[in-house]
Amino acid sequence: MYMKGTAARMGVMKRVSLVFKAKANRALDKMEDPRETLDYSYQRQLELLTKVRRGVADVATSRKRVELQMNQLQQSANKLEDQARKALSMGREDLAREALSRKSSAQSQLNDLQAQYAQLQGEEEKLTVASQRLQAKVDAFRTRKETIKATYTAAEAQTRINEAFSGISEEMGDVGMAIQRAEDKTAQLQAKAGALDELMASGVLDDVGGRRDDIQSELDMMSAGSDVERDLARLKGELTANAPKQIEGSGPNGGSQPAQAQASQAQPGPYAPPAPQYTPPQQAEQYQQTQPAGRPAADLPGLGDQPQDGDG
Amino acid sequence: MIVRILGEGQFRVDEAAAAELNQLDTELEAAVERSDEDKFTAALASLLAQVRAQGAPLPADILEPSDLILPHEDSSMDEVRKLLTDEGLIPG
Repeated sequence: MYMKGTAARMGVMKRVSLVFKAKANRALDKMEDPRETLDYSYQRQLELLTKVRRGVADVATSRKRVELQMNQLQQSANKLEDQARKALSMGREDLAREALSRKSSAQSQLNDLQAQYAQLQGEEEKLTVASQRLQAKVDAFRTRKETIKATYTAAEAQTRINEAFSGISEEMGDVGMAIQRAEDKTAQLQAKAGALDELMASGVLDDVGGRRDDIQSELDMMSAGSDVERDLARLKGELTANAPKQIEGSGPNGGSQPAQAQASQAQPGPYAPPAPQYTPPQQAEQYQQTQPAGRPAADLPGLGDQPQDGDG
Repeated sequence: MIVRILGEGQFRVDEAAAAELNQLDTELEAAVERSDEDKFTAALASLLAQVRAQGAPLPADILEPSDLILPHEDSSMDEVRKLLTDEGLIPG
C-alpha cells in the first residue's frame, strides 16, 4: 500500500482516520449484546438527525437576522446620502460632511455583514447537505440492522455489525463536528449582531425608524426656518398690497382704520420684557445709604429724634 | 480506497493516486509540526483539491468507513492538532 516506508510518519489523513476508528471501537466495546449496539446506535442516529435539522434552522434564523440588519444599514446609508445632498444644497457643507462620515461607517458595517452573511449561507448549505447525507446513511443503517438481526449468527453478525457501526459512527462524528462548527460561527455572529444592534440604537449609524437623529433635526430646523422666512415674506407682500386699497375704498367711516392698525403695530409684542415688579422700599434704601458702618441703631437720625419730640 | 473530507463527504479514490496524496500529506504534517501556517494552508488546499479532482463522491447510502480522513477546508492548524490528539473535536 501507499503506507509502505512511512511507518514513522503516518501522515495527517491516516492518523485522523485512526482517531475516528478508535472512537467507534471504544463505543462498540461498551456494548455486550450486538443487538443492543444496533438499536442504541440507531437511537443516537435519530437524535443526531434531529439535532442537525435544528442546526440548519438555527443558522437560517441567524442568517435572517443578519439580512434584516443589512437592510437597515442600507436604508441608513441611503438616508444619510440624501441628508448630505440636502445639507449641501442648503450650503451646509459641515452637516453634509458629518452625514457622509456616518454613511461611510454604516457602509463598512454593511460590508462586514455581507461577508458574515456569505459565511452563514455557506454553513447553512453545508449543514443541509450533511443532514441529507446523514439521513441516507441512517436509512441504510436501518435496513442493514434489520438484515443482520434476521440472519443473526454470532461471529459473522458481529463482523457485519462492526462494519455498519464504524461506517455510521464516522458519519456521525463528521456531522457532529459540522453542527459544532455551525453553532460556534452562529454564536460569534449573534454576538456581533447584538453589538451592532446596540450601535444602531445609539444613533451612531442613524437608526432608521428609531429616534430622530441630530442631522435630520438640524435639517428640519433649517427648512422650518426657511418656511418661516417665506411665510413672512408672503405676509409682508399681502400687507403692502392691501394697505393702499383700504384707504382708497374706506369712505367717510373708514378713516380711522389705518390709524388703528398703526397703533396695534406700535404696541409691544407679547415677548416685550415685563416691567420689574419688585421695588425695594425707599426708606430702607435710604437707611442703607445714610447709615455709617458700625454705628449703633440708637444713633440713627430718625430714632434719635423721637425722645426730643416727646419732651417738647 | 475511500477518503473522507470532513464536512464534505466521502470520495472513492484510485489507489494510483495514493503516492501523490501521501506526498502532500507529508507536507501537511510537516507544516503542522513546524507550526508553519502558510505552508499548512497551502498543503491542505492542494490535498483537498487533489482528492476532489481524483475521487468520485461516494453515494450517500453507502455505509463504509474511510481509509483516510482529511480536515475540512477552513480548518485551522489548531483544529487539526486537536483532531490528531483524539480529544474534543469528535463528539460522541
